[in-house]
This record gives sequence, C-alpha cells and structure tokens, in this order.
Amino acid sequence: MDKVITAENLSLSYKDFETIISKATFSIDAGSFVFITGASGSGKSTLLKSLYGAIEPQGGQLIVGGVKMNKISTSKLNFLRRHIGIVFQDYKLIKEWTIEKNVMLPLIISGYTKDVSSEQVQKLLGHVKLIHQAGKYPPELSGGEQQRVAMARALAHNPILILADEPTGNLDEYSSEVIWNLLEGANTQLKTTIVVVTHHIPSSINVPYKHFHIEMGTVHEIA
Amino acid sequence: MKSLKNHFSLIIALFTVLFSVQIYVAVDRTIKAYEEHLKNDYSIIVVSNKMLSEAEFKALDNLIERSETIATDQVLERLKGEMSKKNLDLLKVTLPKFYRLYLSRFPTPQEIEKLQKRLQKHSAIERVEGYAQTHDTVYKLMLLFKDVVQIFSIAIAAVTSMLIFKEMRLWQFQHAERMSIMALFGAPVWLRSAVLFRLAIVDAIIATIAVCGAFFIIDQYGWMDKVLQTVGISIELFDFVDDAVRSLVIALGVSIVLTLTIVIGNTEEE
Repeated sequence: MDKVITAENLSLSYKDFETIISKATFSIDAGSFVFITGASGSGKSTLLKSLYGAIEPQGGQLIVGGVKMNKISTSKLNFLRRHIGIVFQDYKLIKEWTIEKNVMLPLIISGYTKDVSSEQVQKLLGHVKLIHQAGKYPPELSGGEQQRVAMARALAHNPILILADEPTGNLDEYSSEVIWNLLEGANTQLKTTIVVVTHHIPSSINVPYKHFHIEMGTVHEIA
Repeated sequence: MKSLKNHFSLIIALFTVLFSVQIYVAVDRTIKAYEEHLKNDYSIIVVSNKMLSEAEFKALDNLIERSETIATDQVLERLKGEMSKKNLDLLKVTLPKFYRLYLSRFPTPQEIEKLQKRLQKHSAIERVEGYAQTHDTVYKLMLLFKDVVQIFSIAIAAVTSMLIFKEMRLWQFQHAERMSIMALFGAPVWLRSAVLFRLAIVDAIIATIAVCGAFFIIDQYGWMDKVLQTVGISIELFDFVDDAVRSLVIALGVSIVLTLTIVIGNTEEE
C-alpha cells in the first residue's frame, strides 16, 4: 500500500529549545484513519504541525505526500498544502469573510472557477447543515458551527490528507458527531487519509484505525 | 470607520508627496519661463572698429543667436548743430560700430565670462559689456530658490514615504491573521498580499485625483497667475494630461514599492 506519510528517525524541536519528538519512525498508509494521542505537552500538535510544514524537522527524515519536508522550499510547501485539508481546534476562519467564502478558500487558492467552487461549497454546507448560514460571518456562529465550517473548508478541494488538531475539543455533542461523521465519510467514501490529534479516541468511531501514542518524546504504535 | 481612517492616512501621505512634487515642477516651470523672459531681455553690447556680420558673431560662439546693429544716427543728429557737415561725415566714418548680441538661451555667469573673453580676443572688437554683475545676482537668487524648493520637496517626500511605510506595516498587522490562514492552505505570497496591493492601488488613484482637484481649484482661483504676471511671466500650473499621469505613476510607484518591501520582509520573517 502507498505511504502518505513516512518518518524516519524524525526529531522535532522549536529552534534552540529541547527536543519534543525524538527519533520517531513510523508510516501512514494512504486511505487510513489515524489517531495520535498523548498527554498535554507531549508533542502531538508539534508532530501534526510538522506534517503541514509549520515546523521543520531538526533531524531524521519526513516525507508527506511524496514531498520531503526537510528544508522544503516555499513553492513546494504551498503545493503540498494545496493538497492537504487542516482542521484546527481554534477553527482559524477568516472573520471578515462570509461562511461561503471561507469554505471556498482552498478552491480560490487552487484556481477553481467560481461556478465549480460555488457548487462544491453549496454541497459541503449542506453536508455540515449550515446552508442557511452561508451569508453570515464567523463571529455570528457558535463554536460548533464554526468548526463545522472549518471541516467543510478542509474537505472543499478533495484533499489527499486531512490533518485535524483536536477538532472536537471545544464542541457540544451534536457538533462533535457531525465532525466525526464527516471525517469517517471522507475516509470511507473518498479514501482520504485522516490524521487526528486528540486526547481521547471517541467510542462511536466506526472505521478501522491506527493509533499512535506519544510519551516522553517517543512515538509508539498501539496495536 | 477604522478602515476609513487607515485609508485617509495613506491618501493624505500620498497627497503630500504628490503635492510637493508638483510644487517643485511648478517652480521649475516658473524658473524656465523666467529664464526665457530674461533671455529675451538680456543682450551683450559690443563695440567694434569695423563692421561685423551676424555670421561672424555666430562663428565666435554658438551661444550667440543673432546680432543687431545699434544705430548711431541719433547721436550724430544731436551733434548736427555743433559740427560742420564735413567733420560730421568724417566722424560718421570713424565712429565705432555698436552691436547688441542676443543669446540662444539664458547663460550661466561662467558662460557670460567665457563669451566676453572670446569676443575680446577678436581683433576688431574694442569693448564688450555683459552686465554680468546684475545678471549674476538674479541668476544666483533663482538657483537658490530652486535648490531650496528641491530640498524641501525631497525632505517632504522622504518623511511621508516613511509615514506610508509605517501605515502599510499597520495594514499588514491588521491582515496578518487572514494572510497566515491563507498560507496554511498554500496560497502563494502574491495571493495572500493581494488585499494590500489592492488597497495601495486604490489609495494611489484617490490621492492622484485629489491632487488634480487641488491644482484645478488653485488654477481656477487664478491668484497664482496674478502673482506671476507681476514679473511678466505666465505658466501652466498643472497640465491635466502630463502632470496627472506623472502624479499617478509616482503614487502607484511609491505605494507598490513600499507594499512590496513589506511583503518581501514578511516572507523573510516566515
């Protein structure tokens, strides 16, 4: 099976600070569903950040979507990010843009026509049950609704990989369920690789998954 | 409201740059018109012991545009009652020839000096009067005025450019969140910064229109014309084609270069 992510002896740290992840070796198959767990400050989010190039490997090698992340150029990183969907705990929606335009962002960046983009956005807003909120702005929505918008945005450009950093951390039960259903749907129907950083794996998850746990800077695969 | 305030800050700064540049252009235009005015009034008087043609004068220095013989008839007329006709005829023959030399352009004091020396070297020329002293004072005053305006304009342009840079830095902070989110989804630098460029271009156009409007009002009011007419000159204070295009090019140039500086600086910080 093709590997979407390959890490060999990967070490991560913030500039001159102590090493957060030390010599991690793991791989993630295309189309798989992966959870990364660990205590607060264990380095889960740092590992996820390295997967979309927000921090650079300090040692070892990391390959994401066939792109080597060590000393990656800006143009290569932009190219890779156009094929990744990211969901953040704090949503990261553009406050001055409408919900519709926020979901459209990856399509605008990838150069899709307005007609194609609008059709795709309407479809996704339907999936997250926010079609009636399309013209509103993020601050007008609840946290759960904003995260559903962020989820729709992550799916908009049919990415090969979705990275989610504690996507349901601050959400109510209903919104959490919508988010997990969407992630499962993307994985089963579109064969999108999903990597979720979380404190707890939800019991309601209905897809086979891989589980990595981070402890003392080491990444372990849990059978 | 906050956004409108930001727009005003940049528009006013750009307006100041354009206004000072246009003032410099107008002063330069005034001085050129005054030089032309002086050139037409200015001439060198030459006294020669024989007839000299215009071609002979022109051959001495290409600054000489034309020569004019100063008629001596009036002087001789006054002496008619005091001298016999024979002596008067003799005097007419022996009287030196007077010429007035007009120049092709307004000369520098050094050029006048050089020209005088060249003329004096000619065997037939006995005396040259260039009125260099008067000319030198006027010219030096004019150049001083031009230099002061130029320094003043450069100082204003430098200070306001710094203000524009600071203003754009503020814009960048305001848009930083949006730009960083766009970066997370792989937007290239130009797309992330498009909003900054759009704002800079719109404000540059508005500042240009404001400068055109200001000079149109000054032109309509006419007090500048009245002042200039007192020294015998008339200029076009603002050319609504050339000057407007120049202003637009400067405004766009300043705002785009400063936006680029900020965008490139921000990319390096990443």
